[in-house]
Amino acid sequence: MATAFWSVNVIQHPRCERPSIASRKPSSAFLGSTLKLRFNPPSRSNFGFSETLRKSSPISAISDVFEEKKQKSASSSSSLLITKEEGLEVYEDMVLGRCFEDMCAQMYYRGKMFGFVHLYNGQEAVSTGFIKLLKKEDCVVSTYRDHVHALSKGVPAREVMSELFGKTTGCCRGQGGSMHMFSKEHNVLGGFAFIGEGIPVATGAAFTSKYRKEALNEADCDHVTLAFFGDGTCNNGQFYECLNMAALWKLPIVFVVENNLWAIGMSHLRSTSDPEIWKKGPAFGMPGVHVDGMDVLKVREVAKEAIGRARRGEGPTLVECETYRFRGHSLADPDELRDPAEKAHYAARDPITALKKYMIENNLAKEGEFKAIDKKIDEIVEDSVEFADESPQPSRSQLLENVFADPKGFGIGPDGRYRCEDPKFTEGTAHV
Amino acid sequence: MLSIVRRKVFDGSFTAAALGQSLQRIRPAIAAARSYSSAIKEMTVRDALNSALDEEMSADPKVFLMGEEVGEYQGAYKISKGLLEKYGPERVLDTPITEAGFTGIGVGAAYYGLRPVVEFMTFNFSMQAIDHIINSAAKSNYMSAGQISVPIVFRGPNGAAAGVGAQHSHCYAAWYAACPGLKVLAPYSSEDARGLLKAAIRDPDPVVFLENELLYGESFPVSAEALDSSFCLPIGKAKIEKEGKDVTITAFSKMVGLALKAAEILAKEGISAEIINLRSIRPLDRATINASVRKTNRLVTVEEGFPQHGVGAEICTSVIEESFGYLDAPVERIAGADVPMPYAANLERSAVPQIEDIVRAAKRACYRAVPMAATA
Repeated sequence: MATAFWSVNVIQHPRCERPSIASRKPSSAFLGSTLKLRFNPPSRSNFGFSETLRKSSPISAISDVFEEKKQKSASSSSSLLITKEEGLEVYEDMVLGRCFEDMCAQMYYRGKMFGFVHLYNGQEAVSTGFIKLLKKEDCVVSTYRDHVHALSKGVPAREVMSELFGKTTGCCRGQGGSMHMFSKEHNVLGGFAFIGEGIPVATGAAFTSKYRKEALNEADCDHVTLAFFGDGTCNNGQFYECLNMAALWKLPIVFVVENNLWAIGMSHLRSTSDPEIWKKGPAFGMPGVHVDGMDVLKVREVAKEAIGRARRGEGPTLVECETYRFRGHSLADPDELRDPAEKAHYAARDPITALKKYMIENNLAKEGEFKAIDKKIDEIVEDSVEFADESPQPSRSQLLENVFADPKGFGIGPDGRYRCEDPKFTEGTAHV
Repeated sequence: MLSIVRRKVFDGSFTAAALGQSLQRIRPAIAAARSYSSAIKEMTVRDALNSALDEEMSADPKVFLMGEEVGEYQGAYKISKGLLEKYGPERVLDTPITEAGFTGIGVGAAYYGLRPVVEFMTFNFSMQAIDHIINSAAKSNYMSAGQISVPIVFRGPNGAAAGVGAQHSHCYAAWYAACPGLKVLAPYSSEDARGLLKAAIRDPDPVVFLENELLYGESFPVSAEALDSSFCLPIGKAKIEKEGKDVTITAFSKMVGLALKAAEILAKEGISAEIINLRSIRPLDRATINASVRKTNRLVTVEEGFPQHGVGAEICTSVIEESFGYLDAPVERIAGADVPMPYAANLERSAVPQIEDIVRAAKRACYRAVPMAATA
């Protein structure tokens, strides 16, 4: 499995299928097994042509591996993709994400939250599937749809809710807002409003890992960075610039595309010449993988491999997760352009119910345990709303704070003198 | 030996690494040498920047340099000469031509604890990366309420060069200085270059460091104090290059040189001009400027960039807000022509402020008779 990803380099979608994808309506594209990826043994040449591939047997995705395992007897837990504890942890995280976002919608319509709020309903499997495999020192960089990424990474629900309410107890003291969730403690490096803006920043964080290892000689520094972004971002120049540099310098980063097929009202198929985003990875020399983003177990398997690759220093991976957002782009979006049939189709593939079903069918947990978790999360979210409600708004003096890092701003140190005049400021300079 | 070093410094093509070693060799001898030589140490701005980078990279392993051609090419303008050999490719990175990408990478590295120095071949190319300079770098400390500071330096040549056309001659001082969260510095002499670059690299905030291509080869005297590796200049403090009592002339970067020459001409006509080298565009040293205007009662602002919403406009307003009663004449604003930079040499000359323009403006401020039309 460790070398499996290299074979993905050779994948070229057979030409005959391309025109049909373009003409297919969104509701029928990317349904599960349109793309079949098989993990060829690494001895095959890495840059085969499509003719050679068409002759070989269909390539099956990780989803098929999952299918096989499911069909096997479920009694032996070693064949299952997840243990009970992990399963419940994953379930809890997804329910937290879902419940929190639903509460955000309620609060927005009650006027407690304002501005731009982008909800993550339906995409929880991607966030949970990836982020729950990270260590605390690993970084996550996201877009404006960042509440659930922050929650999965460990930022307390209270702090996120307060931030959304604009209170001083928020994770950014109310200065960031919905689209700018930052947490130094949990290594959530934002929260960016401009699409594509977070990708170079994530690449920079991955660069720092590598720099620490090689230039600063911290041999055990193996921090991985995850960059989350959408299908619309994949047409942005910065994305390609970073794919190039990440592959060139073999940075420990995973580029996670949350392809929910829609960029506000612009369908992915209408805006992209080649809609298969995973293919753009091999063009830059990194594996490109497509996975069903509505199934948290499949996402987790792919994530384990991609994060493992990065941690071992083998370089970046591009993972395209086919997912869907149940709500509009933001709470201000009337969401009129999407076909109700498409919405119904994906609603039937709700990641939370799918996981619950899998765990019950495989006797990993009982209904009662899930209900207990649901109740617990309800309480957490309601408590976070109460906390946010009761928290004070920032004081007026906070307006001018934090523009600069030094305590009084403008190069002035805590003692009121210019920093550069302070002899201690220049300590540590070596004689050249 | 000292004379050999001096000759090589004037040459400009002397490698900074060797210069550093020579400095080490001659430093103990400086005191003795002074008694033998009559001139103070001179250094080109290029060597000043190189030595500043060298010293800061040597002092702090978290400092690294990235940009186009900074490594094997020794720097597009040879500012980073010798650094690749000394520090290796992990710390001196040649990037592909992807400003948005590598600037963002620099910002991300700064978020996570490193101290990058991002070089733009000229600041004109920073427009491809301006989203990261403003949105990811300048605003992050505020948006994250102090959790994420961005100790990054964006440096490169700014403003007009010679005959490079409209897209390569834009001055970005006013653009970046308008944005809260950034510090914008514009050195003039070698001492400015050394001190301000070292201060910028040590600063925990994003700093835009605007150099000038035409100044790179110019030599300036540097004091022994400026050559010390712990030397740095305060950010936010202007320097009074020449004291005077009749009119205050503010300038930054290349224009300081022109202002000083204009001051000499004005002195012959009996006007004593006080020249302020701004050094720091953001934060602007309003205290020094206002104190000077209160002393001389007349102000001429000089800048190379476009006039509308420029640095001079901000200085003028600051003076009106704080020292209106002290002004004896309207503020004179000298700026580049309000057109994209033309290519033809004579047009380019008339699109950029010249010494005669500054002299005329100072005279107008002093109510001396001045011919109306440009005579150049």
